[in-house]
Amino acid sequence: MSQTHLLNITNISKSFQGLKAISKVSLHIDPGEILGLIGPNGAGKTTLFNLVTGFLKPESGEIRFDGNMIMGLKSHQICKLGITRTFQIVKPFAHLSTLENVAVGSFNTTRNIKEVEEKSWNILGFVGLEPKALDPAHSLTLPGRKRLELARALATEPKLLLLDEVMAGLNPTEQHEITELVFKIRESGTTIFIIEHHMRVIMGLSDRIVVIQHGEVIADNSPKAVAEDPGVIEAYLGKGAVIA
Amino acid sequence: MNENKHAAGYLARGLGTKKWFVIILALALLHVLPWTIPSHIIHMMIMIFIFTIMGQGWNVLGGYVGQFSFGHALFFGIGAYTSTLLFLHLGLSPWFGIIIACMASIAVGLFVGLLSFRYGLSGPFFALIMLAFAEIFHITFITWKAVGGSLGLLIQSSGNAPLLMQFTDKIPFYYISLWFMAAALYVVWRFEKSRTGLYFMAVREDKDAAEALGINTFKSQMIAMAISAGMTAIGGTIYAQYLLYIDPDITFGAINSVEIMIRPIIGGPGTVLGPLLGSVVLTPLSEFTREVFQAYSGVYLMIYGIVLVAVIMFLPEGIIGFANRMFEKFRTR
Repeated sequence: MSQTHLLNITNISKSFQGLKAISKVSLHIDPGEILGLIGPNGAGKTTLFNLVTGFLKPESGEIRFDGNMIMGLKSHQICKLGITRTFQIVKPFAHLSTLENVAVGSFNTTRNIKEVEEKSWNILGFVGLEPKALDPAHSLTLPGRKRLELARALATEPKLLLLDEVMAGLNPTEQHEITELVFKIRESGTTIFIIEHHMRVIMGLSDRIVVIQHGEVIADNSPKAVAEDPGVIEAYLGKGAVIA
Repeated sequence: MNENKHAAGYLARGLGTKKWFVIILALALLHVLPWTIPSHIIHMMIMIFIFTIMGQGWNVLGGYVGQFSFGHALFFGIGAYTSTLLFLHLGLSPWFGIIIACMASIAVGLFVGLLSFRYGLSGPFFALIMLAFAEIFHITFITWKAVGGSLGLLIQSSGNAPLLMQFTDKIPFYYISLWFMAAALYVVWRFEKSRTGLYFMAVREDKDAAEALGINTFKSQMIAMAISAGMTAIGGTIYAQYLLYIDPDITFGAINSVEIMIRPIIGGPGTVLGPLLGSVVLTPLSEFTREVFQAYSGVYLMIYGIVLVAVIMFLPEGIIGFANRMFEKFRTR
C-alpha cells in the first residue's frame, strides 16, 4: 500500500472468547480527512478504536501509522507517535481541576510548566471551558465533560484524533457547537476519525464514512453514497426496508 | 483567547510572602518548643514527626498514585534493620546507614512494584501483595538467628555520639525528625503540581485515560513506589536509632502497617498536609490510651478502629478535606 495514507489498517481481526468482534477489517485514513465510522450497536466500532490505540491487541493483520507499525505498542507510546483518542464514557480526572486535566495532556509535547499552562489555557478557551478552568472536573456537566475529553486529547497535539461519540447525550445546539469545533480542529491540520450515532451529524461532518456490522466493513464511501447503500439500510432497518 | 492574565501561577509552585512568613514562623516556634515542654511531650512530638515522614511515604503511593498499600511496615522494617545491622556488624554510622537503608528499601519496593504493576494489579490485590511481602520479611526475621531472630536487636548505647546518631537526650532526635519531616513535606509539596505529580494523580483517577494521553502508567507507579519506599525507610532508621531496639514485631508487624497508613487516610490522602494532620490527631491519642490502659495492650487499636470508621463515614476526604470545605463555605459567604 502507498505511504500517503496516514493510518492504514489491513485485515485486522479480534475475537472475545470465540466471538468475532472485528473480522478482517481493512481501512485507511488520509491526512486532513474526517472519516466517520458508523454501525449498529455492538458492531465493533469502539473495539476498532481500542485496537488502533493499543488498548487491545489484534490477533492478525497489521496497523500502520505514518508508515510505522504501531501494532504491539503500548497506548502511551502510540499517543507519543501522534494518535490520541477520547472515550465514549467520559473519563475525566475527577479530583483534578479542569486546567490540570488539560495540563496532563499538554505535558505530552513539552516539559516546560509555563508553556504547559499557557497552552492549556488556550485550549480551554478554544473549547469554551475557560470559565470552569479552576473548578474540579467532577463539577462539570455532561456537555462540559465531553468538551474536557476533547480539550485533553487536543492538548497532546495529535496528528490523528479518534473521537468516540463525543456528541452522545448532547442537545442539538451543543451538537452543533461541537461540530463546529471538530471542523476547526481539522482546519488546524489534525486528521479526524470519528464514531457517531447521530446520522444527521455524521453525514454533515464526514468526508467519507465507513460502515461496519458484525465486525466487518460493509460500506466505505461518501456520506451520500453510504446513505443510499442498500446493504447499509438493511443493516440498520432490517430486510425489506430497502423495497419500502 | 490567550490573554496574559493567565500567564502563570496555577500550575507551578510558588509561595506568597504571607505563606512564607507563616511557614518560617511555624518552623521557628517548633525549634524553640522542645526547650519549653516536658520530656514525655517531646517524645510524643518525635513520634508525630516520625510517623508523618512514614505517612507521607505511604501517601505518595496510596494517596497520589492511588495504590493502597497494606504492608508499608515492609519498608519501615527494611529501614530499621539495614542501618542497625550495618552498625552492629560493620560499625557503619547510621548517617550512612540511612542512605543504604533507603536504597535497599527502594530495591525491594521496585521488585514488588515490578511484580504488581507489570500485571496491572491494583486495589485489594495490590494491598494484599504488600501485606504478603511484609509478612514474608516478618517471618524470615523471626526465624533467622543471625539477624537477631524473634528477640530482635539491641543497639549498644555509645553515650552522646552525634556521629553515630546516638544521643543521651531526646531533643537532638526532635530536631532530626523535624528536619526530615520538613524535607518530606517539602518534596511532596514541590512535586504535587509538577509534571510528575499531575501524572501520579492522573494515574490514580483513571489509568486508561492517563495511558491514552501519553502517560507511561507503569513508570509513574514505579517512581511513586521508589519515593514511597525510600521515605518510609528513613522513618524506620530514625525510629531504630531513637529506641535503640528493634524486633520483627515492632518493625515488620501488620499492626505497624496499619499505624503507617491510618494517619494519611484520616488526615486526608493525596494531600501534602494530610499525613501531618492525621499524625497530630492520632499519635497523642495512641500514646495517651496506651498509658491509660497499660494492662490492655490492644485498646489503642480499638480506638483507631472507631476513629477510622467515624472518619470514613463523616469525613471521607479526611480532616483536611473537611477543613477545606469549611474554608470554602466561609470564603463564598
